[in-house]
Amino acid sequence: MATAMTETLSAAEPVDLLSKFDPIIHTRETLLAAGVEDPFNLVMEEVLSPTRAICNGRDTILLGTYNYMGMTFDPDVIAAGKQAMEDFGAGTTGSRVLNGTFRDHRDVEAALREFYDMDNAMVFSTGYQANLGIISTLAGKGDYIILDIDSHASIWDGCAMGNAEVVPFKHNDVEALEKRLKRIPEGAGKLVVLEGVYSMMGDVAPLKEMVRVCKENGAMVLVDEAHSMGFIGEHGRGVAEEQGVLDDVDFIIGTFSKSVGTVGGFCVSNHPKFEVLRLVCRPYVFTAALPPSVMASSATSIRKLMHGGNKRAHLWENSRTLHGGLKALGFKLGTETPQSAIIAVIMPDLEKGAMMWEALLKEGLYVNLARPPATPAGMTLLRCSLCAEHTADQVQTILGMFERAGKAIGII
Amino acid sequence: MTPAEVEDRIRALIEPFNKKGVSIEDATTFAGDLEFDSLTVMDFVAEIEDEFDVIISMNQQAEIENWGQLVAAVHKLQDS
Repeated sequence: MATAMTETLSAAEPVDLLSKFDPIIHTRETLLAAGVEDPFNLVMEEVLSPTRAICNGRDTILLGTYNYMGMTFDPDVIAAGKQAMEDFGAGTTGSRVLNGTFRDHRDVEAALREFYDMDNAMVFSTGYQANLGIISTLAGKGDYIILDIDSHASIWDGCAMGNAEVVPFKHNDVEALEKRLKRIPEGAGKLVVLEGVYSMMGDVAPLKEMVRVCKENGAMVLVDEAHSMGFIGEHGRGVAEEQGVLDDVDFIIGTFSKSVGTVGGFCVSNHPKFEVLRLVCRPYVFTAALPPSVMASSATSIRKLMHGGNKRAHLWENSRTLHGGLKALGFKLGTETPQSAIIAVIMPDLEKGAMMWEALLKEGLYVNLARPPATPAGMTLLRCSLCAEHTADQVQTILGMFERAGKAIGII
Repeated sequence: MTPAEVEDRIRALIEPFNKKGVSIEDATTFAGDLEFDSLTVMDFVAEIEDEFDVIISMNQQAEIENWGQLVAAVHKLQDS
């Protein structure tokens, strides 16, 4: 018997489950063989401020960290985190619904309610999990999710995790959205998922028209404001606030890992039954709650962002200066006008993009290299995200770096 | 509308997407034979949806691999 079993085992040819990734391994090896520094393996040995770090041994200006409001080194934010770690320990070792809700988890949810002036707030361990959890829980079998084709991976994964019918529409196309809403069978639940700022190109959604169309057709609306919270809108509540439709949005999703400067995700809403989601949302229940230090830092940061009007104004200045300067140098940009704190510089192809990325790094500038499948239409992008702590001088320095690198690589 | 009528109308729609002029039969696959990427699929599906005033969700699209399956699915959708 034992012998027979051994024979069976040795006869079966093992299938390497990783071989399906061979094309990716090949692309990467080709890129690195050309002598380019690995764009996806950067190490920050020291972080000097929200806008400067020692990267791969070089003093580098950070222009690709989503640290829009520069809260990572805010003294109050750091002090609150230190105190909470002293008082409550390093971690929670538990789910929010069991032993993982500490004083500061409640407090950060209170801070979010104050920030958005809304009735309910729920904090997740990451922004990714907030989308994953809320979308998969809201839209079940027989319901419809209608979403922009350029939606973030966390939104798509939330769709894949649930059992709803998934209907995409062309990016930022109000008419395409409306047509699809009208074709959905009568009586079916409808959730429309939109983003305030689309992070690849840095463009803003026409939320005013889209939200109106959703309401006319009886759909609930979720807006991911990850890249606009803290910056866009009078109170920094995002694009929905800026366009005057925040009251008609049913669910806002956001993250602490951008303007807030920590880590975590959230959903805020005025829905009267919102609290039930804490019991039924699996990515909320079946994971450990964030450490108390992160919660205390986040709560302090969110409350400071409520009074960040001057920083918001300076960030807009930075965005306009960089956008105008890059355009004048002859770079092709993702948007005609500056719409957010993200400016996408379109590269001719991956090879040139990687060379330009490396040339900038050697100049002392870090930006994001973004490539398919994360980017729309198979584009390679150098994505710049500005910070309110970038000085006007730094922005001029950055433009000089782009000019030298762009000419050296032959893009401008 | 008969299956043949549905097929004729989709055949007119696919023409601009069939850049290599692949001859299309029931067993012709979109990903393999026609080399459609995800963006092409979206644009092509949107054309069909507008033409027949139907919705083909991504869940339904996942079940459609070849031409014959597409024609059958659209025929069924526009009939209901």
